[in-house]
Amino acid sequence: MNRRLIVNGAVWLVLLTAAIWLPLLGGYMALASRVLIYALGAMALNLLLGFTGCMSFGQAAYFGLGGYGAGLFLTHLGSSSVLAIVAGTLLGGVVATAFGPLIMRRRGIYFAMITVAISQIFYFIAERWNDFTGGEDGLSGFSRQPLHLGFATVPLDSVAFYYFVLFFFAVGAGVIAMLLHSPLGHTFIAIRENRRRAQFLGIHVERYVWASFAIAGFIAGLAGALNALQNNFISPANLYWVESGNFVIMAVLGGMRNFWGPLVGAIIFIGIQDYVSSYFPNNWQSFIGVLFVIAVIFFPTGILGILRQRVKVA
Amino acid sequence: MSLLSLTAVSRTFGRVVALQDVDLEMEEGRLYAVIGPNGAGKTTLFNLISGFYPASSGQIRFDGQQINRVPAANRVTLGLVRTFQITEIFPELSVFENVRIGVEAEARCSARPWWSPALSRQINERVDELLSITGLTAQSGRTVSELAHGDQRVVEVTMALSRRPKLLMLDEPTAGMGQSETEHMVKLIRDLHVRQKQSILFIEHDMDLVFGIADRITVLNYGKVLATGTPKEVAADHQVQAAYLGEAE
Repeated sequence: MNRRLIVNGAVWLVLLTAAIWLPLLGGYMALASRVLIYALGAMALNLLLGFTGCMSFGQAAYFGLGGYGAGLFLTHLGSSSVLAIVAGTLLGGVVATAFGPLIMRRRGIYFAMITVAISQIFYFIAERWNDFTGGEDGLSGFSRQPLHLGFATVPLDSVAFYYFVLFFFAVGAGVIAMLLHSPLGHTFIAIRENRRRAQFLGIHVERYVWASFAIAGFIAGLAGALNALQNNFISPANLYWVESGNFVIMAVLGGMRNFWGPLVGAIIFIGIQDYVSSYFPNNWQSFIGVLFVIAVIFFPTGILGILRQRVKVA
Repeated sequence: MSLLSLTAVSRTFGRVVALQDVDLEMEEGRLYAVIGPNGAGKTTLFNLISGFYPASSGQIRFDGQQINRVPAANRVTLGLVRTFQITEIFPELSVFENVRIGVEAEARCSARPWWSPALSRQINERVDELLSITGLTAQSGRTVSELAHGDQRVVEVTMALSRRPKLLMLDEPTAGMGQSETEHMVKLIRDLHVRQKQSILFIEHDMDLVFGIADRITVLNYGKVLATGTPKEVAADHQVQAAYLGEAE
């Protein structure tokens, strides 16, 4: 109980002070923003994967839809960054909610396959619908707008944007944390642990899988919207199954039974992507791949899983 | 009126007839045993009553209601709660957390997405109460996968009790248990029956145990009811003797 408080305090302190220590380590704020965005996407996936026990391999659909929602909002509807994020979150979440009944009865590999299939539908729509989505070139021509706070207008430059992202990251992470400590979260975990037992305690397992899928869709949409704002660009690649795989890798690498596991996974993933790709622009993925294989074989509970075991033993 | 009533219930799997025209009447407050040799259809019977799969034909009534088409999870809410022959628990959670899932379901708050101190206190008190009824208080914080087999079975019974069952169904509650574990489980079943007036339907292999505690027995053999009655009546039944002792006569 106390240790959890210390860990949480430390994580938030590190994230809040990133503008101070990151430049000293040679990092830059846009990198930190990207870490948070992908961490939030991976945490959304992990609500399904790590805490409800459903192997979604199509989380990029809702991440990408969030991006298109935000981008299209700024292109056609308005010039508010915050409203663009709301639009992206809603698009990701509503679509996930709508597809929920189709996926909630599937289990294991079938669950994974149908989530991939759905995500590929959106990938092809985004890739082909040139007039609306920009087709395979992606959607550009929008840009994130300064933040109007009433008393001041804040341009979202790199440092300000990081804190803008951190705010929404905190909202998303806060929602997940609140859920996991609520009866609903207990029910999700029960389903992960033993579906049959949950069902024979009177729990309508499918409805809860749907709920978990929908919530994960909203949060992935939020992360995707932030991603579109960071790049002022969104492309079909963000909807592609490879992107879904990236979220899985982050969650597993960091530790999918741990609340902060996906954040740790995202730090490693984005860090390697940034650092290694400047030396090996075409095959940085192989480094991720090797690391992933090592992780799955030698520490299947992820980096935080191993750390927790060490702490327990000591 | 019967609490549970089966009329001509059958179940086939392809060409295999697992149960054929089974009738069963159980009144409230009974400690009712279903016995029979391996493959007699005991667990199939449990699966039909609990809604694990539907009956091929026949009628199942519970508490005055026809439940043939009621989904398993809803039957639990009606008051039909079961355990399994192979223990079904939430392995990586603590004893307390295991039971809490059932208590939250019973409080109709499994879907509540926020935490509140008042509700949480109420839930926790009920969990502690249940743990003390089944004697698990000392194990409360332990992860169930680390418990002895016998204790895991007791955890499953406690979880079932958390739904305040009108009918508690135990599928071989002493399966795989040592002698002291068995005695503990038998004492628990008896206590529930005598002190809490809990209606219990159970499957059991151990004949001494069944004839020692049950007040009604149904004997199944090859998917059919061979005999039904009090332990005395069943023990005196020639067909039962033949099925268990071989065709001696």
